[in-house]
Amino acid sequence: MTPAEYIKAYRVMLLARVLEEKLASLYRGGLIKGGVFLGRGQEALSVSVGIQLRRGDIFAPLIRDQAGRMAFGDTVLDTLRTYLGSQLGPMRGRDGNIHRGRPREGYYAMISHLGAMIPAVAGGLLARRLRGEAGAVGATCIGDGGTSTGAFHEGLNAAAVEKLPLIVVVANNQYAYSTPNTRQFACADLLDKAAGYGVAGHRADGTSLESCLVTLRRAIRAARDGGGPQLIVADLLRLVGHGEHDDGSYVDPKLKAAAVGKDCVLLAAAEIVSRGWATQAEADGWRTAAEDEVNTTVDRVRREPTPDPEEDDWMAFSRNEFAEQHAGV
Amino acid sequence: MSSITYLEAIRSAQEKVLTEDPRVFLYGQDVGNFGGAFKATKNLAKLFPGRVFDAPLSEDAIIGMAVGAAIEGMRPIVEMQFADFSTCGFNQIVNHAATMFYRTGVPCPIVVRLPSGGTSGGGPFHSQSMEALYAHYPGLVVMTPATVEDAYSMLLDAVAIDDPVIFCEHKFLYYHLKAEGLPTTSLPVGKARVARPGRDATIVTHGAMLHESLAAAIELAADGYELEVVDLRAVKPLDTDTVLASVARTGRLLCVSEEWPWGGVAAEVIARVTTEGFGLLDAPPQRLNAKDTPVPYHPDLWSVHRPTASTVAEAARRLLHI
Repeated sequence: MTPAEYIKAYRVMLLARVLEEKLASLYRGGLIKGGVFLGRGQEALSVSVGIQLRRGDIFAPLIRDQAGRMAFGDTVLDTLRTYLGSQLGPMRGRDGNIHRGRPREGYYAMISHLGAMIPAVAGGLLARRLRGEAGAVGATCIGDGGTSTGAFHEGLNAAAVEKLPLIVVVANNQYAYSTPNTRQFACADLLDKAAGYGVAGHRADGTSLESCLVTLRRAIRAARDGGGPQLIVADLLRLVGHGEHDDGSYVDPKLKAAAVGKDCVLLAAAEIVSRGWATQAEADGWRTAAEDEVNTTVDRVRREPTPDPEEDDWMAFSRNEFAEQHAGV
Repeated sequence: MSSITYLEAIRSAQEKVLTEDPRVFLYGQDVGNFGGAFKATKNLAKLFPGRVFDAPLSEDAIIGMAVGAAIEGMRPIVEMQFADFSTCGFNQIVNHAATMFYRTGVPCPIVVRLPSGGTSGGGPFHSQSMEALYAHYPGLVVMTPATVEDAYSMLLDAVAIDDPVIFCEHKFLYYHLKAEGLPTTSLPVGKARVARPGRDATIVTHGAMLHESLAAAIELAADGYELEVVDLRAVKPLDTDTVLASVARTGRLLCVSEEWPWGGVAAEVIARVTTEGFGLLDAPPQRLNAKDTPVPYHPDLWSVHRPTASTVAEAARRLLHI
């Protein structure tokens, strides 16, 4: 990991953080369509996934992956178009916010049902293998709660049977909405699950950008080199409520005060300055640049058209002749 | 060509698409070297190495993987060992595959084969008819072939179209329904077929119930009544025009369906005819479904649970005398 790589990743984290701060503010102002679920505290882990994937890889992020999304190629513009309900966004008003994606570009559009993206990414990788295309990997992110789903189990098991180059990244953020890990699983350590599925396991410190970058690099390389699925568990703390409607008052203050509760963005910034890779003034400039980009884009998107019910073709099929033709529609 | 069964037609269609379309692969429980629980994929693993392979006992993962492969441009055909088990993959079908095109503009061309419907001794968990359940969800094409010819040509259609297809192949028809050869032409997707013309009443049906309905029509013909029998072929899209045109000729409608009554295909057809063709009706439309209980295991109970030629004939006689 070079200083340049670290700084590049940090600046994506910072942009995600600044953008999400703006989203929270827009939400409070009543300008967001739909829910807002933020990744505060998970930027280091998320960016480390997205930034180390290549063009041609598959990425299926989850709800707290603004940093990973942008590292993989999503933009401030697409993000704001979706949250602000512009018709010009990738989902055209038909689905919102964290559900956005561009599946044709390997950027899968998550559904809300947790674990569902694991077999989908595995299937995408299976398709690559069937076509004889080597070298691509696929990554998807999930939380501690998502590891309890049947889809997580079925997807990881099936991917392991096929030895697919799948990277499953678990952000162990201590809570699934309000449910603490003590009510979520009984195993001593989520990483123990890797052995059960016969896949490689890796642990990262989710508050440390360096730990996340190094761990994800190792895992992605192992998958690319034919090592089969890789399970990464990173301990961190969700530094916001489940969504912006939730104040997270149930979060144990002892966790907030512990090492796991540290803010990865602040830690990474301090590292950069203390290692002499940039001055504080330069780091401050990066934040200003991020704020400028976000604010300019908000102004632009707020002038864009919203979806017109009269213009939507209301077609769930790709062929018009399959449309239901009866008086009830 | 020697005679071919409904099941062999399904196998032949899969062989044809595997031969002609490199995007096709088959994935499901026991579909590989074993050739499938019903042998619908017999020898295909040998003929197409690496493209027909066993899945773990994981319906959610099977369909989820098909969804991902379809995003990448493949044309997966996945087999649920029994339609009943598709409930374990329901989420991937209705929330992922079905919503993909509307949400993202990227189509999801998967085919989910559901060995459907009752057979003697099948019982509550190996007998279900799930077409109405899937037809309820926007974005899914739901095919219910009732003939050997349709089993073949509609499966070819299912692979060719870009939208996800729930292919409800009827197990009761697998072995005993035969044809002299495979068809070279077929009706378009979503077009119903008048299987028997008539003037006195219309029976609208699909799947195995087509054959019970045709047998009932023959029985009533002996008494001088001519029943028109419409085979829907696909329940979604549902060919309302062909149904209305038939009711316009006969003035009477009986819907026969092996599924449960609440919110089923029969209910949907009657809703459409009463909404759009009320003036065509000379009598209240009737429906005959399976009884509203789980499908019983014992053959003596099962044979009464589902509509049969005799109960269809009885219902048709009542309709003719309203």
